[in-house]
This record gives sequence, structure tokens and C-alpha cells, in this order.
Amino acid sequence: MQYLLSGITTGSIYAIVAIGFNIIYNTTGIINFAQGEFLMLGGMISISLCSVMPLPLAIALAVAVTAAVGYCIELLFVRWIHNPTVLRMVVMTIGISILIREIALHVWDEKVRSLPYFTGNEVTSVSILGARISPQILWVLGTCALIVVLLNLFYGRTLLGKAMRACSANRMAASLCGINAGRMVTVSFMLSAAIGALAGCVISPMTQTQYDCGTSLAIKGFTAAIFGGLGSSSGAVIAGLLIGVIEAVSISVLPLAYKDAVTLTLLLLILVVRPSGLFGSREAGALKEF
Amino acid sequence: MKRFVAIGALAAAVIALHLLFAAAGAEYLLVQLTMAAYYALVVIGLCLLMGYAGQISLGHAAFFALGGYTAAVLSTNSFTQLMGAPALERLVHWGLVTAGTDAYGAAAHQVPVWLSLPLAVAAAAAVALVIGIPVLKLKGHYLAMATLGFGTILYRIFLGTRLFGEADGISSVRPCALLPGLTIGGDTALRTQNYYFAWALVLLAMVLSLNIVSSRAGRALRSIHGSEEAAAAMGVNTARYKLYVFILSAVFAAVGGFFMTHFNGGIGPAEAGIMKSVRYVAIVAVGGMANLWGSLLIGVLLNFLSLRGIFGSYDDAVFGALLVFIMALAPDGILRREFLHRIMRVRIRWPFSK
Amino acid sequence: MLRIRNLESGYGSLRVLKGISLHVNSGEIVTIIGANGAGKTTLLETIAGVVAASSGEILFDGRDLVTLSPERIVAAGCSLVPEGRQVFAPMTVRENLVLGAYIRSGREGKAAVAEDIDAIHRHFPILKERDGQLAGTLSGGEQQMLAIGRALMARPRLIMLDEPSMGLAPIIVRGIFEIIGRLRAEGNTILLVEQNAMASLGIADRGYVMETGQIVLEGTARELMENHDVQRAYLGKEYRSIGEGRG
Repeated sequence: MQYLLSGITTGSIYAIVAIGFNIIYNTTGIINFAQGEFLMLGGMISISLCSVMPLPLAIALAVAVTAAVGYCIELLFVRWIHNPTVLRMVVMTIGISILIREIALHVWDEKVRSLPYFTGNEVTSVSILGARISPQILWVLGTCALIVVLLNLFYGRTLLGKAMRACSANRMAASLCGINAGRMVTVSFMLSAAIGALAGCVISPMTQTQYDCGTSLAIKGFTAAIFGGLGSSSGAVIAGLLIGVIEAVSISVLPLAYKDAVTLTLLLLILVVRPSGLFGSREAGALKEF
Repeated sequence: MKRFVAIGALAAAVIALHLLFAAAGAEYLLVQLTMAAYYALVVIGLCLLMGYAGQISLGHAAFFALGGYTAAVLSTNSFTQLMGAPALERLVHWGLVTAGTDAYGAAAHQVPVWLSLPLAVAAAAAVALVIGIPVLKLKGHYLAMATLGFGTILYRIFLGTRLFGEADGISSVRPCALLPGLTIGGDTALRTQNYYFAWALVLLAMVLSLNIVSSRAGRALRSIHGSEEAAAAMGVNTARYKLYVFILSAVFAAVGGFFMTHFNGGIGPAEAGIMKSVRYVAIVAVGGMANLWGSLLIGVLLNFLSLRGIFGSYDDAVFGALLVFIMALAPDGILRREFLHRIMRVRIRWPFSK
Repeated sequence: MLRIRNLESGYGSLRVLKGISLHVNSGEIVTIIGANGAGKTTLLETIAGVVAASSGEILFDGRDLVTLSPERIVAAGCSLVPEGRQVFAPMTVRENLVLGAYIRSGREGKAAVAEDIDAIHRHFPILKERDGQLAGTLSGGEQQMLAIGRALMARPRLIMLDEPSMGLAPIIVRGIFEIIGRLRAEGNTILLVEQNAMASLGIADRGYVMETGQIVLEGTARELMENHDVQRAYLGKEYRSIGEGRG
């Protein structure tokens, strides 16, 4: 039970990272390898701001700043490159992730930091179904659930959300409807950065934040995104949770040091056996440009 | 013909640099040049793979580390304790293990280099084969993530396993006597011969690579980069060529790692890290993807500067920035005529532009 | 309403349009006929801003569209129903229509959009039945209606239709042409590109014939229909291009 819960907690974060990948992938066809850095930035900025303002405000501001970073990335590196090759964008976003990481290293040094627990402290616990868990777990799960619900409402109900879906369904037809596809790309980068930052804030008290914590989150998130079928949000949620649980179980069987290796082996297996993901259809997968 | 001139020029440059440093009394710079040469082996292999076969690998540092760790494990004194005396006796009898002393002077048994080097190469080739068959079927993001994942797995294994010294890596690796009068090691007296040996390897790798590039197989490789479907339609077995190049580049990297470890006297898990892999990719990108000479030049230059500590704590940042700006501004590398022309034009226009 | 002078465009170094001049008056149906590869689709895509023009001008009510982005051209009142329909397959029929009104939604609000959807439903009752269905699951003819409906949602003053009959069964094609006739009767201006020369000349006021990126013939629909060269080349009387016919 304990394993299951902690698995679901980290898994929900992986799901959020995967959704972040999907948001940008759907409008641009780019996998943003700097996705994990958004979480790190969200965590770090909120930690710094937290000392001068109340926690909710610090988090809100951190999310806004990270969204601005997402905007800058789009503006500087994505907007004016026409018909980029996949290889070029892969290498470029990796470069961006290194730059963000190095900047973070020089701003916040190598120290491991964390936000205070939102309610209570490290030893506070609540009892649910016989397991004693930290209330922060509830914060994480709640926030992730909220993000998923709000995103669904955004994409399903608002005109902007619909326009973004239209762009990913058929970019030319979208611009023939008067939708500015370029602006949708900007929005997707900002949205993805903001969601990442928020996730980075809520996990910070539990997993702590360090300048290089983004990479492994990005890889796990990517695994979840592939596992759930690239582009599918509901798939990402299920796959994220699944990976979290698998990881938690693996810790109980194998040495901690191999935790990442287990997930990555899983990633390789998925890629080789079923690159369209568990839930993506093979045909839909074939249509997308890998 | 042109190829021989270029190779000759490289050999001449190697000698010239030695003489230059010797004359300037700065022979200690040869150490970094030697190390840069070993890294250049990875770069040459990766350039073949990325530039000519169009396959990205974000896990190439793992092969370098694989070669290095093979050297380290086989040459540190693990065999003395690992096996009972009779078994050890037999191995010594067959010449598979030689008795000697470790770095501290204690009795130790080591695998001789004529066996450990092939083992390192075989290990890299075997891993490349097993990984390559499924992974090279992937494209784009999927290939990038798969190789990144593969690199990270090996990194985690090196980091988490007792045999590989966990986070500390393996140190006190002994120099290895390759031939009479040629010992790979970090001793000051061995500096010059190590320098020439490393660069001889680079020359060899370059000759081999240039031959591959201009052979029938090479033309097939270039056709893959252009369009895999077209190449396949022309009857080129693209899968097999990609695999060959992947294995070859892994072997290059492993050989580099093998000798680097003997030269340095140790290896740590950081050699297998993602940052290292990304760095190799950055070098190939800056050198111009399908440009062996460009990649070699940039690789040696950047690694030399980096090893000299020029970039200080901004080391990784420099490579990150290089990646971003090269990919944004000159995706074909900076050594292309068009790009140099553009730079020139900008410089000429600059004073009049406002 | 639309006046094009010496328009040239293409893809990369490939020049497809080699100096096109034509005009469309308000309230007309003008059709462009021609064989596959004549550049008809490229012409419409250049007007809509999807393909960049390399020279020439496209005046729409006196305003030059050449430098505008596709979105701005839609906002200016010129909509294209693209070849192959291009509906948003994973979205519902209603969402497709709502997105058609994207440029107006900000100014006019939801009520105006809902009203227009009702109007579209009167034109195409089938779309009302399919309201909540995913567009990708519609039949070809239904998708074509949706594509036209979506373009109408922007309240364009000029509608460009690219091969609306492509890949449809003859009976459905007849239905589509009936709709086009009705649209015209309501005062819409239409630029129609078709391979089905017979049907399009049947409802058009005027027509142009395109061959290899150039206009080779123009006239009223009646004139074109009676032209021997057109009859031979496009109306199935005899296969021979007009260029050859003129010698």
C-alpha cells in the first residue's frame, strides 16, 4: 500500500511532465527535451520567492515566470525556424535544457533545496486506508488531478483550446479558418512551461529541487508520453501512474541505484516493441513523423 | 589522392605541434592533446553515424566508458582475490593472466593488453549489436530518446555497481605495455610516445572512416541520410549499413576509452554521463554533421580548451550554447562556405549598417 | 471584387504560376477549369496566402493580399475551402463550425455564432443530425458540406472552392453543385476550381481555362462551353490540349 501510494505520487508527476510534452508536441511536432527544466525552474523560483512572500503568491509568481521563460524559448529558438528537421530540433532543445540548467547552477548553486510543506511538516501524516501518508502527497495528487481536469476543460470548452486542437489536427486548415497557428505554438509553450512549473512546486517539499533534477524527470515523463501514445493526454495519465508504481515496486526488489535503469529499460522495450504506445493505435502512430 | 594529402597534412600538423610545444617549453600541453585525441576517436565514429548515416546517438559516451571500464576492471588487481590459486595458475599458464604488481607494489594478476583490448572492443561491439538491432529501427525523437535512455542505463549501472567502483570509479589503473618501448601511461617520461600513439590511432581512424565514406557502403550511407526509403528502394540494405556504422563507432569510442583509462590511470562514471554524450553530439554538430575533418578539428580544439580548463565552471554551458546557436544559425556547421561567406558579409556590412 | 495581375508563385525553385491575370466581380460564380497539374490549386492557395507569391498583385476590394498571412486574408473576407476538404477530423462537427467563425467570435460573441450555425444547419440539414459526431467519421460528401459550412461561418465575401466534387459519387456531386448554386442565389461571390468542367461551367457566369500555369482562354461560361477546343479538351468530346488546338 505504501509503495502503491508513493508510486502513484511520483507517477502523477510523470504524467504531468508527459502532458507537458504532449502540449508542445501536438501543436509543433517537436519533443521539447527541456521540459524537465520547467519543473526545476518552477521549484527553484518559488523557493527563492518564498522567503520574501507568502507561499501561494510565490508559487503563482514562479509559474508566471516559468511561463515567460517558455515564451522566450519559443520566441528565440522556435518561431523563426521554418521546416526544421527532427534531428535539428532534438539537438536544439537539448542545448536549451543544458543552458537553463547551467544558468540555474550559477544562480542557485549546487545545493539541494526544497519548499516548505504546504500543510504541516515532514513528520505530519494523515491516515488513509490504513496507510500513514504525508499530506503533501494529497497536495500533489490533488494538483495533478486539477491540472488534468482544467486542461480538459480548456481544450474541450474554450475557443482558444479548440483552436489549439484544430492546429494540431490540421495546421493548414486551421490557418484557413483564420487561426494564427504561430500564436497557438506560443500559447502551447507557455502553457506547457506553466504546468511544468506548478508540478515542480508541489513536488519540491518531497523530492527536493536541485539544478539538475530536470533531466531524469524529463526522461521519465517522456517514457510516460510514449507509453501512453504520443499526443494522448489520458494515455499519459495512465502511463505515468503505471510507471510510478513500477518504479516504486522495483525499489523494493532491486537496489535504489538501479531505479532509473529499470524505467529506462522499460522505455527501450516500449520503443522497440510498440512505439505507438499502449493506447495509441498503430495507424495513428504511423501517421506521425517519428 | 586528395585524401592522402589531407592525411599527410594531419600527420605533419601532429609533428609540427609537438615541435612547436617542445620549442616553447610547453610540452605539458601534449597531455591534453593526447586526451583530446582519444576523445576525437569518439567524435570521428559519431560523425560517421550522425553525419553519414543520419542516426543520432545520445549515448555514445557509454561506449567510451565501456572501453574504459573494461580496461580498468581487467587491469586492476581483482584477479588475485577473485579466483582460487589453481585456477589462477592455469590462467597464468595459458598466458591469459600475467603476474605483476599493482600500483601500490603488491602482487597482482592482470589480464594482458593483447587480451583486454580485444575484450573491450568485443564488449562494445556486442552491446552495440544488441542495442543497435532494435533501436536503429526508430527515427527522430524516438531514436534520440532511446539512445539517451541506453546511455543513462549504462551510466546508472557504472554508478551503482561495486565492480565498477560506484560513484568513485576505478583509479590506480596501471600503465599498459603495448609493445617493447611503447607503454600507455601518464608518466612524464612517456609523454611523447603516448602523444604519437594517440594521434596514430586518430590517423588510422580517419583513414578508415574516409575510406568508408567514399566506398560503395559510404555512398549507401549518404543515401540513407538523404532518404532511407529511396535508398531502400534502390536495393541498399539500409538497416545493415546503419548497424555496421553504429558498431564501428562504438568500437572507435571503446578503443578511445580503453587507452584513455590506461593513460589517465583511472575512470569515473562521469565519462558515461549524458553531458559527455551531448558534448560529442555538439562537437559533431559544430563540425558540420557530415564533415569528418570539421568534426575532428572542432573536437580536438574544444576538448583541448575544455581540458585546459579555459571555460572554467561554464564548461557545460559552453557546449550547451554551442548546440543551440549552431542549430539555430548554421545547422550545417560553421565550416561551410555559405556560412563563412555570410559571416564575412555581416562583418563587411557592419560599420555601414546603421 | 478580386483582381489578379501577373501573379507568379511556386514551391521553392519550381515556378508553378507563370503570370496569371483574372478578375471576379461581386455576385458572380467564376470557374477555373484545367487538367491535373495546371496550377489551379496553387492559384487558390496563393490567393489564400498558403503559398507565397513571388510577384504580381492580388487586389481584393482594392487591398493587396500578397503580403498578408492566411489568417489576415480570412479576416479580410476571403475564404478557401481547400482541396480534399481538410476538416478537423478528431473534432466534432459543431466544433468545426465554431472554429470556422474563429475570427468573428471575439467581436460578435457566442450568440451570433450560434445563429450562424443554425443558418448552416438550414443549408445542410445533415450537419445538424451529425452535430456531435467526429468530423473524421463523416462520409466524403458530408465532409465536403462541413468544409463549405465551416468556410461560410467566417462570413466571407468571396468563397473559393477547390475541387469540391473530388472523390464523390455523381449523385453527391450534383447535390454539392446545387448548394453552390444556392449560395450564389443568396448573393455570395464564388471562385470555383474544378476538373469537372461540364458541371462547373453549367452553373458559372464566366470561366478561365488554365494550362501549365497560364490562362489560355477566358470567356463567359456559355462561350467556353461552345468553344471547340474546350469541348475537345475538357468536355470529353476529344482529347487534345487547347494549346495544340491553336497550333
